[in-house]
Amino acid sequence: MSTNQRLEVTLETQLESVDLAENIVMRASEAAGFPEDDLHRIGMAVRESVINAYNYGNSQDKRKKIRMTVEFEPGKMIVRVLDEGKGFVPEDVPDCCAEENLLRTSGRGLFLMRAFMDEFRVQKGVTGGAEVVMTKKLPHSISGNGKH
Amino acid sequence: MALQGTCREVLDVAIVDFSGKITLGEGSAMLRKMIRERVDAGHRKILLNLGDVDYIDSSGIGELVASFTTVRSAGGELKLLNLTKRVHDLLQITRLFTIFDVQSDEAVALSRFRPV
Repeated sequence: MSTNQRLEVTLETQLESVDLAENIVMRASEAAGFPEDDLHRIGMAVRESVINAYNYGNSQDKRKKIRMTVEFEPGKMIVRVLDEGKGFVPEDVPDCCAEENLLRTSGRGLFLMRAFMDEFRVQKGVTGGAEVVMTKKLPHSISGNGKH
Repeated sequence: MALQGTCREVLDVAIVDFSGKITLGEGSAMLRKMIRERVDAGHRKILLNLGDVDYIDSSGIGELVASFTTVRSAGGELKLLNLTKRVHDLLQITRLFTIFDVQSDEAVALSRFRPV
């Protein structure tokens, strides 16, 4: 896959969108030459971001949409997931690895996104809502000008 | 693949052999249902064999933790058996090895349950 390509998908706020988003990004990542383990990590990070958008951002409101873009720039892949919620501050989410939080049944999604991608941030989307932006360095063999 | 679970009993331990994915939706709900059924049936020693579970997301992790607390609240013990590498790595980075007793040998896992 050459660099400077962009893929944009509008997802319904429904459970099926979680698998769909994961599959789309894993296929794009596979085409970009990511190794198997990275495909799994990227897929899971995207899955978690769409789960957050579905559950918390859009509060499972089917009238709202989830917008996902995948961009390939020289040396990196950028995935953005935008919801139509009120936004959130990642620092306000309790540390799931802290001793006192280990038995919590939620709150690990953000941790996994951070753990599996190279860069992670949350910003206010242009249309409101939260936009999760995650970056993964492209495998060395295709970085640069997209030449193998 | 959707999560599937079959239950067998060895001595007084209920062993649930799972295969598939424990993810948001049916997978997590299936795990919750099977644990609830075992506890309601009076089981207090439950061993989850995850040898054929190749994928767990944060919802599935949360459901495993909920299962642990459900069984513990009933006065019992829940242990994990045969984690795949990915599931193993996931539990490791989320520090859940500090709460779960994880074994790779069924006989050893069975021997680690407290006598009632």
